[in-house]
Amino acid sequence: MNKIAKLFVTFISAITLALVSFTSSFAKVDGEYIVLGSAISLTGKYSSNGVHTQNGYNMAVDRINKMGGVEVQGKKYKFEIIYYDDESNPKRAAQLAERLIKQDGVHYMLGPYSSGLTKAIAPVTEKYKIPMVEANGASRSLFTKGYKYLFAVLSPANQYLEVAIDLAVEKNGGKGVKIAQAFEQDAFSQDVRLGILDAAKRTGSEIIIDDPLPKELNDMAATLAKVKVVKPDVLVVSGHTKGALTAIRQISEMKVDVPMLAMTHCDAAKLSKQHGKKSEFALCASQWHKNLSYKDKFFGSGKKYAKDFQKEFGYDPPYQSAESSAALLVFKDAFERANSFDRDAVRDALVDTEMQTFYGNIKFGPGGQNVAKPMILFQVRCKGDDCENRVVAPTKWASDKFYHPIPKWSERS
Amino acid sequence: MDFLIFKAPILMVQASMDGILIGILFALIAYGMALQWGVMNIINIAQGDLVILGGYIAYTIYLWGIHPAWGVIISPIIMFFVGWALYKLVINKVVDRDLFISILATFGIAIVMQQLMNFIFGADVVVAQSEYGTTMLFDNSVTLPNSKIFSAFISVLYAVALVIYMKKSRLGRAIRATAQNARAAKILGVDTEKVYAATFGINAALCGIAGALISITLTLHPYVGLPYTVRSFMIVIVAGLGNLPAVAVSGMGLGLFEEFADYILGTEFRIGAVFLLLVLILVYRRFKLSRKREYLK
Repeated sequence: MNKIAKLFVTFISAITLALVSFTSSFAKVDGEYIVLGSAISLTGKYSSNGVHTQNGYNMAVDRINKMGGVEVQGKKYKFEIIYYDDESNPKRAAQLAERLIKQDGVHYMLGPYSSGLTKAIAPVTEKYKIPMVEANGASRSLFTKGYKYLFAVLSPANQYLEVAIDLAVEKNGGKGVKIAQAFEQDAFSQDVRLGILDAAKRTGSEIIIDDPLPKELNDMAATLAKVKVVKPDVLVVSGHTKGALTAIRQISEMKVDVPMLAMTHCDAAKLSKQHGKKSEFALCASQWHKNLSYKDKFFGSGKKYAKDFQKEFGYDPPYQSAESSAALLVFKDAFERANSFDRDAVRDALVDTEMQTFYGNIKFGPGGQNVAKPMILFQVRCKGDDCENRVVAPTKWASDKFYHPIPKWSERS
Repeated sequence: MDFLIFKAPILMVQASMDGILIGILFALIAYGMALQWGVMNIINIAQGDLVILGGYIAYTIYLWGIHPAWGVIISPIIMFFVGWALYKLVINKVVDRDLFISILATFGIAIVMQQLMNFIFGADVVVAQSEYGTTMLFDNSVTLPNSKIFSAFISVLYAVALVIYMKKSRLGRAIRATAQNARAAKILGVDTEKVYAATFGINAALCGIAGALISITLTLHPYVGLPYTVRSFMIVIVAGLGNLPAVAVSGMGLGLFEEFADYILGTEFRIGAVFLLLVLILVYRRFKLSRKREYLK
């Protein structure tokens, strides 16, 4: 063996040794720490939302640990999370889940960001019977596979814009409306679409345009030109942040007049900031808003959470952060009720979860989705050049009246 | 429903206008690709990513409160040096090798650029606002965003300026000489190394202009460069390397094709249709080439 080869072998064995000694120090519960694992998108196309998710997790871990931690069998434990960067890649996420479970010995998982990645990880956690509380996978298909160890604190995607159709029908005097819709061809947006189809059927509404959007969307002029010709009552667009931004840019440029415009991802796209007044009157689905009146003892209210989050991370929390924080509250509650670290006991406790957090009520349905929390709708409203998201539905939390119909572009300043 | 375009002919006018305006922009990107392909025999996979980087430069100055239209001047200046640096760092090592090596190298550059842009500018989709308003035709039924008209105008302006520059200037003549015969040019005293660097820089500058225009007409995201690479590749394949009018025409043709594909097949298949067209063109070109070869035998 020559010198370089020897050096190489030494190097590799040193790394292996280091890894072994490093990983063996982690287990499901290590001293006073309960170790959770999460693969999360810190790089790649989901990195901004991945960071929002991680910040939400970290904020809750700090808060719970500071306020006494988790009490199991009379002893206080603290949370700790092992993170790996999944590079926004589903295959990588599944590998990392495997690694967290098999090498790092993690027994409880927190979800990644996005439906696609959650879908990639769920079969792994299911295989090893690892309870996973996830906060960022809303796709309906996650909850129809019969997973027993998957719990989602958020409302499923098909509920995102159903409320909007109900609202449109209500404004139309209870009669069905004409819907034009454009959805990206990904799991999440397609679920939102299914929700709209259901709502249309239920209310006797008619879908007159149903355009699929590509992943590389940056131009939807064709769809909008068609919308101008057929004049629907509602235009629904869902294609993540690029869909929201492209839609508003081209609707304003092409002067497309629709009485109602409903979208997803407005807050993630910072719509009201990036497009200002052009985005006014857009109706957006959201899992959470800081003005809702839910409360818990860790974060107080949504407003308080937003203030603390702003102080710690320097920006207003998007709902992705809030729901991620809520996932930790769910885990704490389940550990304490299970009063054990047995995976199945924790899993059973999760099934029986029924609690209120600052983020909303949480109770899991048979598929693992949260059935206790409705989606909310907000509308972008502007005062001068200052635009803001105002909650308009459900009426219980509405801070503003829903503005309908949207004034024509020729009448807008 | 998808055939609405045939029921409402006004949509044809809209589609044609949109197609031509956006096609001119594609032609500008393709022109840069044709230039450096012709001179250096390099197919630049990172072309689209250079465009997006140019767009982010315009977006950055927009964030500083400067009107993003200034991007069409600032962005190419910065991008010229980016291109120059890329040449000195990577391209000069592969410029004499075969085409495959250069494709691999520029593919690598593309990945690194995407990740760096993601790192620096974030993964969010961003837009710059030009506030140029809209031109309405035919009783408001056809709308043309002024930003698209502006972008077509600027593209034509720069393309014409570059043609004149290539014809009249010393460097332009050196570039053309190198393209015709690099060895002969070298013997006659042309510093081909410098010519290559300048060519790559000029190509990057053209991408910078296109990027700045995209930031005000469409949207920017670190990972949307590839469709621009494919489009320019296709335009160049159809038009050939040394023929600017052909590049312009095939650029507009592609724009029209995309818009009509969008109306007829749906937005989902817009890029799909472009890729399909690329395959068809490649098959056809190869067919033609192989026939020619047989003839030569």
